[in-house]
Order: sequence, then structure tokens, then C-alpha cells
Amino acid sequence: MYSRAYKAIVSLPPLVWVGLFLLLPYALMFTHSFWAVRDGFLVHQWNLQNYRKLFENPVYAAVLLRTMRIAASVTLCSLLLGYPLAYYLSFYAAARKELLYQLVIVPLWVSYLVRGYAWKTILGSDGVLNGFLQYVHITREPVGFLLYSPFAVVLMLTHIYTPFVFLPIYASLEHIPRPLVEASQDLGASPRVTFFRVILPLSLPGLLAGATFAFLLSLGDFLAPMLVGGPSSTMIANIVQSLFGSAYDWPLGAAISACILMITISLLFLTERLEKHWSFK
Amino acid sequence: MTAVNATRRAPLLTVYSVLVFAFIYLPIIVLVVYSFNRDGVGGFPPKHLTLDWYRQLFADGPIWNSVLNSLMVAGGAVALSLALGLLAALALDRATFPGKALFRRLVLLPLILPGIITGLSLLMFAVFSGMQLSLLTVFLGHGTALISVATTELFAGLQKMDRAQEEASLDLGATPWQTFWRVTLPHLKLSLIAAGLLIFTLSMDEIAVTFFLTGRDNTLPLEIWGRLRRGITPEINAVSTLIFGVSVALIVIWYRIRTRGLGTATQELLEEP
Repeated sequence: MYSRAYKAIVSLPPLVWVGLFLLLPYALMFTHSFWAVRDGFLVHQWNLQNYRKLFENPVYAAVLLRTMRIAASVTLCSLLLGYPLAYYLSFYAAARKELLYQLVIVPLWVSYLVRGYAWKTILGSDGVLNGFLQYVHITREPVGFLLYSPFAVVLMLTHIYTPFVFLPIYASLEHIPRPLVEASQDLGASPRVTFFRVILPLSLPGLLAGATFAFLLSLGDFLAPMLVGGPSSTMIANIVQSLFGSAYDWPLGAAISACILMITISLLFLTERLEKHWSFK
Repeated sequence: MTAVNATRRAPLLTVYSVLVFAFIYLPIIVLVVYSFNRDGVGGFPPKHLTLDWYRQLFADGPIWNSVLNSLMVAGGAVALSLALGLLAALALDRATFPGKALFRRLVLLPLILPGIITGLSLLMFAVFSGMQLSLLTVFLGHGTALISVATTELFAGLQKMDRAQEEASLDLGATPWQTFWRVTLPHLKLSLIAAGLLIFTLSMDEIAVTFFLTGRDNTLPLEIWGRLRRGITPEINAVSTLIFGVSVALIVIWYRIRTRGLGTATQELLEEP
């Protein structure tokens, strides 16, 4: 029913724009990763040196491993907080459901920076938590290890991604047909068995979507380590950032970015496959 | 038979949920409370409530300058990404062209990719094409990255629309242009407003992409970021509290709009299956 002209008019501008301002920039990232820096200048000389450096220098692998560990911890913690909350809302909250749902959404809209800053003021050695601990006489000296540690990074990112993880899990729990749950109970299954054999398997697609989201976004974070992490929790994106800043080695930074990009895309591909496999029809 | 939807009791789960809510809200509450604390951030309990920090904030030129910059960028980003997102949603919904699947993935990529990747790619593009870094590059970056949000939201709106109305309009002699303005667009009004609010908030808060694309002028998050590196004062709590207030106000508006528009995604989520 739509004419060729209509289709052309709606398709062309976004195609051209996205091609120019998204595809070309991402492609430039890849081409830079095959170039080099000589005497402080970028030279367009095709080579694989940057990737070789990544594999040969163990520092990069170590930081990538630490980044993965932090991202995995954030994912696990967000799931441990988000899943029970979603389960409670979906199955037990009854009349308060809508209000509680909106209460989970609100922090999603609150600035990332503001929430990171809040943790900084809480965890610092003269921060709110230390003030509280001394006030109730649990400790006498300020506890110094809270801020500027991988722990603080995991805590801050968990705080940010718990609502993100909650959303898809809640959606998938809400889509479970209640007669299935009732049937399981009627047939004599205990609540425990019903949860593990009926509810959990049916909510796996939502769980997977939330976990992927938390993992990928934590993986590329460079602000949390700068804000609350300190040197012991430098993540891979911090290295990229310094290579594009003070260290001035764009090609090497681009090579690391290209690796992050590849990890992201292959993980997305994998979860898409798994989700199709698990989704219930 | 146990009625599943009747209120059942699960005391442990209830306590756990309350604790999760506490974890989510505690930092925000602390932030707000200490913006009124005379003796600065930290120490317990807070005492000597004061509005001094807000007074100081309102007299702070650079902050308000950055707010103005952020508002300009966000306003521009909303316009740009809504316009292109609308066309992209129409194209995905109605047109067939080679590379359509790739196009869909590409548009959504900034939503799932770490901001640093998109930010740096755009930085390389700006340098490559000889653009000076300024608020203009920040605006182009935000506008382009957020096409993803506009497209998702508007595509969902289009999917729910009844094509028969457009057909009727065309059959009754309206031009495609008239049909677009008088049938298609009014149908998308709610999606447009919701997407616009979301894009506005995301742009006002954006830091990872902005970090690499900004020139001498700061947006509000970058201004706060710069001050954080120098040390913390309750003035930052005060400005954060105001940002929080504005965000909550926007959510309330957003929900009002959503609840009035029937059949939206959120509503469906809340309905019993």
C-alpha cells in the first residue's frame, strides 16, 4: 500500500545518516587498529603490531581478566538482588505491585554520575558509613579499604544495574501462565519444587537478557573505576581511555576497543541463540 | 487449591525485598540529606541543617552555564533523534531494502555497546573529517547514539497501529503526505512524547560519549565530574538533589502519559497474563 517514493523518502535519510555517523565511525575504529604511531604522529601504515602487543604483553590480558571478573561479580550480585525482588513483585506483592514496580524504575532515571557520587560520599574514609560506624562504636578508626577498591566498583555498578536486571526478569515472570504454577501445586509439588522445575526454567530468557545487559555494560565501564575504584581496579576501558589521552597511542587503543567490540557482539550472538533455544512457546 | 494471585506470605522473601529496596534507595537518601548538612559531606549523624549549599549553588556561574549547555545539547538531540528515529521506524516497519537486518542492528548498537566505544569512534570520525570538538560534536554524538532509543520506542508504536486507518485515508483521496500528518503522526503522539522524555533524560545525564566529544564547553555531568576530581562539597549534593528532583518530575509526567495511552508496553507488563 505504500508507494516506492514513500519507502524511499522514509528509508534514505536514516540510512545515509546511520551510514555516515555510525557505520563509518565504527569502521574507522577498525582501520585505526591496523595503523601505527611514529614519533608522536599517526601514520597510515597497515600492520598487525597493535594486536601482537595485546597478546604479547601480559598486562593487557591481566587487566582484561580483572575486568571480566568485576563484570561477572556485578552480574551475579545484580541477579541475586534483582531476581528475588522480581519474583516477590510478580507472585507476592498483590495490590502493591504497581507502586513497587514504579519504585524500582525511578532509580533508572537518576543520573549515573549522581549515584556514583553518592557511593563515593558513603564509602570514603571520612564518609557517611565510617561516620556511622564510629557513632555506634563498631569501629574507632575510619575503615580505609571501602573506597578505592574493586569492591567499591562492584558495589556501585551493582547498584546501577540491579534495576536493569530486574526489568526483563519481571517481564518474563509476568508472562508465565499462572495455571502452570497452579497445576504444579495441585499435583503435589512443594513450593520449592514448583520454583525450580516450573518458574525458574520459564524465566530463563528474562534472566539471560538481564545478565547479558549487566555484564556488557560493566565490561566497558571506565567511569566507576575512576570515581570509586582507584589504581587497584583499573579496567580495560581505562586503558583505552588513557591510550586516547595522555599515552597517545590511538591505534593500540583502537585495537583494544575492537576486541571489546568483538567480545560484545559474540556474546550478544550467543545469548540470542540461547534465548531462542530456551524461550517457551 | 492455592490461589496464586491472592496475597500469600513469604516472610523471608518479603524481608529480602525490603532490603533490596533499601540498598537501591539508601545512597539517594544519603545524598539528599547531606545536601542540607552544614558541616559538609560525611560524619554521622548529620546536624545543623542549612540551605547554604543551595545558596552557594544558585550563585555558581559555571554550573548554570553548564546546565544551559546541557539543555541546548539535549534539546537538539531530542529533535535530531526523534526525526531520524521516526523515519528509521517507518522504514523498518514498511520498506524493504537490501541490508535491512544489518541496518536494524546498527541503529540499535549504541544502546548495548559500552559508551566509550561509541564515543571514541565518533571522536575518530570528528578528527578524520576535520571537525572542531565543541558542543556541536556533542550534540551530533548524542543525537546519533539516541536514534536507537527513538527507533525502538516508535517502532513499537507503529506495530500497534491499525493499518486499515491509513488505507481508508488513502482510499478516500488523501495524499500520502496528508495521511502521514493526519493519521500516522497523531497515532504516534504518545510514543513520540515518551521517547522524547527518555532521550532528553539520557542526554542530560550522558557522560561516556560526551567525555570524548566535548571541546572547551562543559555539559552539566562533565562539570560535576571535573569538580569531583578536585574534592567533594555538599554543593555537589545540592545540584545532584536538584537533578534527582527533575528526574522524578519527568518520570511522573512520563507515567501520566503512559497510563493515559492504552496498550503501551508498560501497561501490558502490568496486566495479568
